[in-house]
Amino acid sequence: MKIRLYCLSGHPTLPCNVLKFKSTTIMLDCGLDMTSTLNFLPLPLVQSPRLSNLPGWSLKDGSVFLDKELKECSGHVFVDSVPEFCLPETELIDLSTVDVILISNYHCMMALPYITEHTGFTGTVYATEPTVQIGRLLMEELVNFIERVPKAQSASLWKNKDVQRLLPSPLKDAVEVTTWRRCYTMQEVNSALSKIQLVGYSQKIELFGAVQVTPLSSGYALGSSNWIIQSHYEKVSYVSGSSLLTTHPQPMDQASLKNSDVLLLTGLTQIPTANPDGMVGEFCSNLALTVRNGGNVLVPCYPSGVIYDLLECLYQYIDSAGLSSIPFYFISPVANSSLEFSQIFAEWLCHNKQSKVYLPEPPFPHAELIQTNKLKHYPSIHGDFSNDFRQPCVVFTGHPSLRCGDVVHFMELWGKSSLNTVIFTEPDFSYLEALAPYQPLAMKCVYCPIDTRLNFIQVSKLLKEVQPLHVVCPEQYTQPPPAQSHRMDLMIDCQPPAMSYRRAEVLALPFKRRYEKIEIMPELADSLVPMEIKPGISLATVSAVLHTKDNKHILQPPPRPTQPTSSKKRKRVSEDVPDCKVLKPLLSGSIPVEQFVQTLEKHGFSDIKVEDTAKGHIVLLQEAETLIQLEEDSTHIICDNDETLRVRLRDLVLKFLQKF
Amino acid sequence: MDPECSRLLPALCAVLADPRQPVADDTCLEKLLDWFKTVTETESSLQLLQDHPCLVELLSHVLKPQDVSPRVLSFALRLAGAFAAQEDCFQYLQQGDLLLGLFGEAGALGWSAWSIPSVRSGWIQGLCALAHHPSALHFLADSGAVDTVFSLQGDPSLFVASAASQLLVYILALSMQGRDAGSPIPEVAAWPVCAQKIVSHVQESLHSTAAPQVTQALNVLTTTFGRCRSPWMEVLWGQLSPLVASLLKRDPIPAAHSLVDLLLSVARSPVLSSAACGPWEILAQTLHRLSPTQAGPLALGTLKLQRCPQELRTQAFGILLQPLACILKATAQAPGPPGLLDGTAGGSMTVDTLLSSKSACVGLLCQTLAHLEELQTLPQCPSPWPQEPLLDAAVIILRLCDGSADPSSSGAGRLCGTLAGCIRVQRAALDFLGTLSQGMSPQESMLQVFAILLKNLESPESSPTVLKKAFQATLRWLQSSVKTSGCSDLSPDALLFLGELFPVLQKRLCSPCWEVRDSALEFLTHLSQHWGGQADFREELQSSEVPMLACQLLQDPESYVRASAVAATGQLFSRGLQATPTSSENLQAQQGLLMDLMYILSTDSEGFPRRAVLQVFTQWLRDGHADVARDTEWFVTTVLQAVSRDLDWEVRVQGLELVQVFLTQTLGRFRPRCPYAVTLPEATSPTPHPEFLRTLCRLPLFEFVFRALFDCDRPVAQKACDLLLFLRDETAPSSGPQETRDGPNSASVEVALQRWQEGEQGQPLGDLEPEAMLALLRSLDLEGLQGKLAKSSDHIEKSPQSLLQDMLATVGMLEENEADCY
Repeated sequence: MKIRLYCLSGHPTLPCNVLKFKSTTIMLDCGLDMTSTLNFLPLPLVQSPRLSNLPGWSLKDGSVFLDKELKECSGHVFVDSVPEFCLPETELIDLSTVDVILISNYHCMMALPYITEHTGFTGTVYATEPTVQIGRLLMEELVNFIERVPKAQSASLWKNKDVQRLLPSPLKDAVEVTTWRRCYTMQEVNSALSKIQLVGYSQKIELFGAVQVTPLSSGYALGSSNWIIQSHYEKVSYVSGSSLLTTHPQPMDQASLKNSDVLLLTGLTQIPTANPDGMVGEFCSNLALTVRNGGNVLVPCYPSGVIYDLLECLYQYIDSAGLSSIPFYFISPVANSSLEFSQIFAEWLCHNKQSKVYLPEPPFPHAELIQTNKLKHYPSIHGDFSNDFRQPCVVFTGHPSLRCGDVVHFMELWGKSSLNTVIFTEPDFSYLEALAPYQPLAMKCVYCPIDTRLNFIQVSKLLKEVQPLHVVCPEQYTQPPPAQSHRMDLMIDCQPPAMSYRRAEVLALPFKRRYEKIEIMPELADSLVPMEIKPGISLATVSAVLHTKDNKHILQPPPRPTQPTSSKKRKRVSEDVPDCKVLKPLLSGSIPVEQFVQTLEKHGFSDIKVEDTAKGHIVLLQEAETLIQLEEDSTHIICDNDETLRVRLRDLVLKFLQKF
Repeated sequence: MDPECSRLLPALCAVLADPRQPVADDTCLEKLLDWFKTVTETESSLQLLQDHPCLVELLSHVLKPQDVSPRVLSFALRLAGAFAAQEDCFQYLQQGDLLLGLFGEAGALGWSAWSIPSVRSGWIQGLCALAHHPSALHFLADSGAVDTVFSLQGDPSLFVASAASQLLVYILALSMQGRDAGSPIPEVAAWPVCAQKIVSHVQESLHSTAAPQVTQALNVLTTTFGRCRSPWMEVLWGQLSPLVASLLKRDPIPAAHSLVDLLLSVARSPVLSSAACGPWEILAQTLHRLSPTQAGPLALGTLKLQRCPQELRTQAFGILLQPLACILKATAQAPGPPGLLDGTAGGSMTVDTLLSSKSACVGLLCQTLAHLEELQTLPQCPSPWPQEPLLDAAVIILRLCDGSADPSSSGAGRLCGTLAGCIRVQRAALDFLGTLSQGMSPQESMLQVFAILLKNLESPESSPTVLKKAFQATLRWLQSSVKTSGCSDLSPDALLFLGELFPVLQKRLCSPCWEVRDSALEFLTHLSQHWGGQADFREELQSSEVPMLACQLLQDPESYVRASAVAATGQLFSRGLQATPTSSENLQAQQGLLMDLMYILSTDSEGFPRRAVLQVFTQWLRDGHADVARDTEWFVTTVLQAVSRDLDWEVRVQGLELVQVFLTQTLGRFRPRCPYAVTLPEATSPTPHPEFLRTLCRLPLFEFVFRALFDCDRPVAQKACDLLLFLRDETAPSSGPQETRDGPNSASVEVALQRWQEGEQGQPLGDLEPEAMLALLRSLDLEGLQGKLAKSSDHIEKSPQSLLQDMLATVGMLEENEADCY
């Protein structure tokens, strides 16, 4: 039976794959591709005259039936509706058959409510505690951002295939727009999260006795994991979003990935040419320059992850740069929880930070920034924030797509002044596309994507280290990025070449299951009489009943031949047991052709010819018109209806073989 | 030898011979040996041994090595060698068979301690020392030592092996001594036995298939040809060169590095390079046969030769250029740049050879760039120098490193993948690019260079070390642009470049990485030093925020950065570039800089910023900067008050430098010299201007200098002494010591000075009248003090007497410990 991989997402860093392995169906991550939101107009927190007065878009022929749904801004066309997301493929496989979902990090679980709540899914989701807690925060923030700006209109006309054809790019080229969905509700989020079972690193989880899955630290984010999926004879490693850099999480466990038959590799860095250290430097320099000039800095970001490292860098930097008096604001509905959660997951942190807990000190220095009032956090721009707000300042807020959340307000507020700067640090969205509905824009834009995930040099070292037999990865990783087609170093280079997948593809993984573990009952083992056929190798024949239940196979002693009972009613058990026939001895060994021919001659056969074949020999007894085929694993005597001759020849053949 | 040492020597010899009193420290024995060597340089060794029988006893004692530690054994062997270097002493030692006992087969070779490398090394060094006269040669031949030396060439200890090769060179040279005069040199077969033996050993080794043996033979020859200039070497080379040439036929060539060294040594030898069997042909063959990495050093060495056939130079240059030509070809930058691809060997290298592995490629490129860089600065630099193709190559390498190259071929694509982000190559290429600024470059190339420099300066991916190199290269190119434009102003291209440079510099000054901030500040200092006076530059600089940022960095948490910020702002300030004149706030800041620097001088916890402040202040004083000139006395007083308390001796030395500048200036003010005045020497003899003396006494200047004179740090005291000598010569040159006690309060001052000298620095000097000051200057034995200070502080401890006493004392102390234990 082959092992199949159903690829439900084409996004290399937001994967969603289903692995059919033995009798289990395992979903690996359920990432949500949110780049679709870039086609929508931002949701302003405060009424924005500019956005609400954008002209409607009309077709070339002048027809204006779409002008309510589509608005034009600086030459780009946007859908004026609640933002929608592109879900993983739901038609490729019946998702109700999925037994378990393994989550590798909080960014890769954003589609979970769509899967668990709308597909008939009845299985279990496995994830680490920080993944669940921070994943919940991300979902909560997203739901909050979208729900607090209710939008009556839901555009659907433009999705009509005939209409979509007429639209300008990128709307025209958007894929599977009909499957795009609005954001889930908090209720759905809660229900989805309730299906999660928490796991710890290196914990072994048995799935139906057939497969064992184990999460390993991947070094990318708090609680982020790679997974090992193995049976007794096969091992699949799932590497998703891993990092070898020394940031806040526990370091990556590489050793456990060794000896894999297949390594499924996803979630590499999205910016392979940018080194995170350089980008952090760039971030700090631009921030300082702007603030010194009296400008404000806006950092669109997620409420967890890189922001912790950025705050730590700034903690060390602000004094040296003379920025101690500049306020830092972190605005998110979950800002408080995020900052506090980060401090309590000590066991999931890198060694350095873990040891701080015993001092005792908070592992992250942002605690001190908060204490000294340098960093202030607010659930939203409304309320306390408006009282405390001082400029120039630095604001960290979401959403990085610039389509929803408090960031929309700051873009509108600060966009007109060239003193201000927006610094993009999240690599998930193209910053030019994110900025499109805010054009024309006077504020400075700096792109410092910080992606700590593996780059191709690290991947090549990793693969050399763990040496999987086969590598499977998204097709994007098997060729250089389109914008840098000459950079042959920016792709996975391994032997044998990596197998690639794309959205909606089904792959047969390149290994066959050849063995299965079978247990033997003690009393049956007792009855065996092994015979040594070669030094060190003993054989014994086994007659037994193979009992298979819950993917476990057990050899039990065969039932004694039942006496024919008078009763017509036979026991059900004995009905299932096949009759035990008298066993013929098993043969082993090989037949030396020359000696065999000599023996034949001794027994009166003459005119013997020997022909070599690809698999062995053919001995021709021309006189008797008989043919003896000797091959490695079979011997055939072909003669015309002369049973006595056949038996004679058979006995001669048997002389050369061992019986037991 | 002084009597005290003579007296101590027997005791010391007894200690050395006593196994119960181990010598704890090897360095003592080394110092002792050095001392004996200096003694024997001036005195007769024979006399020394006769006067001190204990020395011979020590050497004889060593003949029973079971009682002696390996350290002493090694020492004794070297000591015996040092004595036996004089022929009469050699004979004397020979009489007692002492030398044979030590160096012969029954000697060191048979000892169990022979297994210890330091003993073997001592044996060789002993022989090296004694191999100075014909008797020694006979001794070496008779004792069978030469065969042992052959075997020691392969010793596991590298020191022993290398010393063994050296010894062979000595013996060979000694054998051939005196054969140069007049008569023609016979063939090797007619040479002395010892020399023949060594030559045939070298020949055998060259025939060997084992690379280490070939290496040994080549090393012996390299040293031989390198150190002697005798005609017999021509015969030797004539005999051995076919063998050396035959090494080139082997695959792979054994001991390629040693072969390169040998050939260069031969080529540099005036005897051999002009000989009939000169090295040129074999050099050409070797250049052709060696791999690019191995051939690089040979090519460079060849090009550096004073005399060398032009054809060979061309070949060598071609080899050196190969990797760059290959890169240019692969990236199709230059279809056929003249002079670069035309070389005979230029086309033989393919990208595949270059790219055989990443480390090989990086190593070769770095080596090539460093070689070419070295070559360009030499007088032997090849002419015509392919400036343009080399510039193109440097630029394309940098573009391959930052990933911005647009490769048209698959080879170039692979190059790009290999070199992308390679910091080593980036650094080497930037260094090379900087050196190329010395040549004349066309305008297009300049633009290309400025563009790539800007890219490197701007890129967030540039590591701090790469940035530093980029800054250095930028400075050199800006300087060269001045040269090319013909006047001292920056060229229009350079000005355009500056316009783009300052925003980058601004960003770098805000970098979270202190190394970057530091390099950026240093760069700014150099920039304003060179072009601070030019209107265009001033305009560009002042329209940026660079001056303001530099000023802010005076408070940087990193002391190096603060020091660089002090230097940069000081430079800007003295050029009047501190701030834009329109901003009144900055104007205040400008006036406050003096106070800011004073504050740093008196409060900064690190030495670097304080040293930097004093350098800036000294420069300001020297330049007569307005803020300083306004009230120089106040300025000097404040600075000296801060410096006198400083714990850093370099700051105090710098303080004295500032005093010196002040004195010279003040002196000049009171005694204007007219260069055209015709005066007799007597007439120019200085008479101190009363106002000058009063000025000096008004300031805490004397207190500062006198305290410095008794400073516990020698450089400070030396500088103070020089300064006082200068002042005495300028003010009271002719007075004799009889006037010493003329001054009204000189007695109390002298008492204070006496106390200071004794280490009690608490007491102030008190007010000083000019007369007292003059008297004091005359009374001090400044010359004597200067002489004392000129000796290093450990000159007493370094004396042989002290060494002997120390060694004995250490043993004595060991005895005491022993007594304590039992």
